[in-house]
Amino acid sequence: MWARVARLGRWALVGGHRAFATEVCRGGGRVTAEVIAHLERLALVDFGSREAVARLEKAIAFAERLHAVDTERVEPLESVLEDRCLYLRPDNVVEGNCVEEILQNSHRVVEEYFVAPPGNLSLPEME
Amino acid sequence: MAALMLRFCCAGRRWTLSCVDGAFRQGRGPLTGSMSSRIRGQRSVAQHSFTTAQKLKKGEREWAAVVGLEIHAQISSNSKLFSGSQVHFAAPPNSLVSFFDASLPGTLPVLNRRCVEAAVMTGLALNCHINKKSLFDRKHYFYADLPAGYQITQQRLPIAVNGSLAYGVCIRSQHSQVANKTVRIKQIQLEQDSGKSLHDDLRAQTLIDLNRAGVGLLEVVLEPDMSCGEEAAMAVRELQLILQALGTSQANMADYEIQRQINELESGGEILNETRSFDYKLGCTVSMRDKEGKQDYRFMPEPNLPPLLLFDSESLPAGADPQQVINIDQLREHLPELPSQTREKLMLQYGLRPEYSFTLLNEVGLLEFFHNVMKDTKAKPHTVTNWVLNRFLGSLKQHSLAVSESPVTPSALAELLDLLDGRAISSSAAKQVFQLLWRSPGKTPAQIVSEQKLELLQDREALEQLCRATLEGHAHVVMDLKKGNPRAINKLIGLVCKAALNRADPTLIKEILERQLSS
Repeated sequence: MWARVARLGRWALVGGHRAFATEVCRGGGRVTAEVIAHLERLALVDFGSREAVARLEKAIAFAERLHAVDTERVEPLESVLEDRCLYLRPDNVVEGNCVEEILQNSHRVVEEYFVAPPGNLSLPEME
Repeated sequence: MAALMLRFCCAGRRWTLSCVDGAFRQGRGPLTGSMSSRIRGQRSVAQHSFTTAQKLKKGEREWAAVVGLEIHAQISSNSKLFSGSQVHFAAPPNSLVSFFDASLPGTLPVLNRRCVEAAVMTGLALNCHINKKSLFDRKHYFYADLPAGYQITQQRLPIAVNGSLAYGVCIRSQHSQVANKTVRIKQIQLEQDSGKSLHDDLRAQTLIDLNRAGVGLLEVVLEPDMSCGEEAAMAVRELQLILQALGTSQANMADYEIQRQINELESGGEILNETRSFDYKLGCTVSMRDKEGKQDYRFMPEPNLPPLLLFDSESLPAGADPQQVINIDQLREHLPELPSQTREKLMLQYGLRPEYSFTLLNEVGLLEFFHNVMKDTKAKPHTVTNWVLNRFLGSLKQHSLAVSESPVTPSALAELLDLLDGRAISSSAAKQVFQLLWRSPGKTPAQIVSEQKLELLQDREALEQLCRATLEGHAHVVMDLKKGNPRAINKLIGLVCKAALNRADPTLIKEILERQLSS
């Protein structure tokens, strides 16, 4: 499965991170509870129910049909903007300086700082 | 994979708020599976994570320690990497934040030309291959000071790859000679900085300031070619000097911070092959194995940015708007003088030894001081170097002063060296004058010399008498000398010098004594 994925290029591995397709293919179409938990943690989503996971599996299976396309010796499309020019902005200060507007959306504000709950992890005990 | 993550911040006021991000932060830091957090501020440095393989039990297979580094340098620019808000240290919180920086919906990144130029110049200075096409990606992780939930970086195809950084290491065994070493540069990439978090443990909340969010960073990844902390420190120091010479980053970081962290590494002892995180507060490394599983950044191409295309003189499209194209060759032509080139020039121009040129460049302002003294004095480079690197630098260190705070000006030192060179005073008198100059900066060397009556005795007859008197008064030393002890003559010279209140030239004394003894 890994070799097949590599050749097709469409599901090219980026930075060594696993494509979901391979996980599903390995498991014979099922997304394991481990993968769900991993995804939930990474993307901060809640799959909630078995139905949601089933829908995910169906979506992946649907996309699998792309494997039928022969992309041998075809360069992957990285961006639909690949023919566009990347505009370069001059190094001038033209925005900012709008504290009130920026803070407007925040639920809690303390002395012009946004307030967030403490960290993603609990800190280890330190003296 | 590599490791230490060090951070250069730009100059400005010291940041006094308590600002520790905490020892462990999921998703922070440049490496997959690693966690690091930062202490941001003036002269602050990132916490870092590193991977080393170290010696196992004695008798087992020998492991060699390898150290790799990832260095983030804040780009010196007026505005941020993808937005037009200002880059400035110590501004009121959230005052330098645009809608894009706050990640409000509907905003798009617009690339800053200056940041691209900075990256290309740095790549050229580090002998990298500049990728004429490079791509931007999104690196996802959740953290309060990253409003978008992702950082725009260049993971797949960075702007520069495969370079090298040449640096010098002191060979302790050989009288501080310098050995030249090289470390390979894996890549240089452009990426966004995140905001700042301040932790209020008392109220269990985190305060977020996004002034820094979106500022351009250069990430320089060094291959694990360095075999110890000292080499890593020297490599980083050289990189710092290069970035400062290029003007691409102010690269200010307290040297003691590097050294301290390197020392921690070196005294690590038996380090297991694992990823560890350096806890700044604890001052030691802590294993990360028991932390949550692998961090997956879910890299994806940045859909809002086309590939970044660079040109050289050959490929430059005709009639292109010069504001919209970047010519690598043009940037190469205008590269400022790099530290290694400055050292070469010093060695050629003044015949300095390599280790002296290293020291001259290592200390802020010292090279300029040296040049100013050379300009004003007739003394030989060898003498000037000796005085600047030993006496002057030594005094600075003793009083913990920077070159800019020196009580002795270059012209004062030049004048002193002229007096010495013209044999108006002896070298021991010169040392005395220097010390007095240090304490009374208003006076000139000439003033001090006349006040303290340190001029060399011009009266030959008086000197001859002094010599004769010394010989008579110290018969046992004379005997010693006649017996064949070569050091006895130095003792006699010293005695005459003292008697002459440091106003006699030792070489002349020696000549007179020898003549008197042989007669």
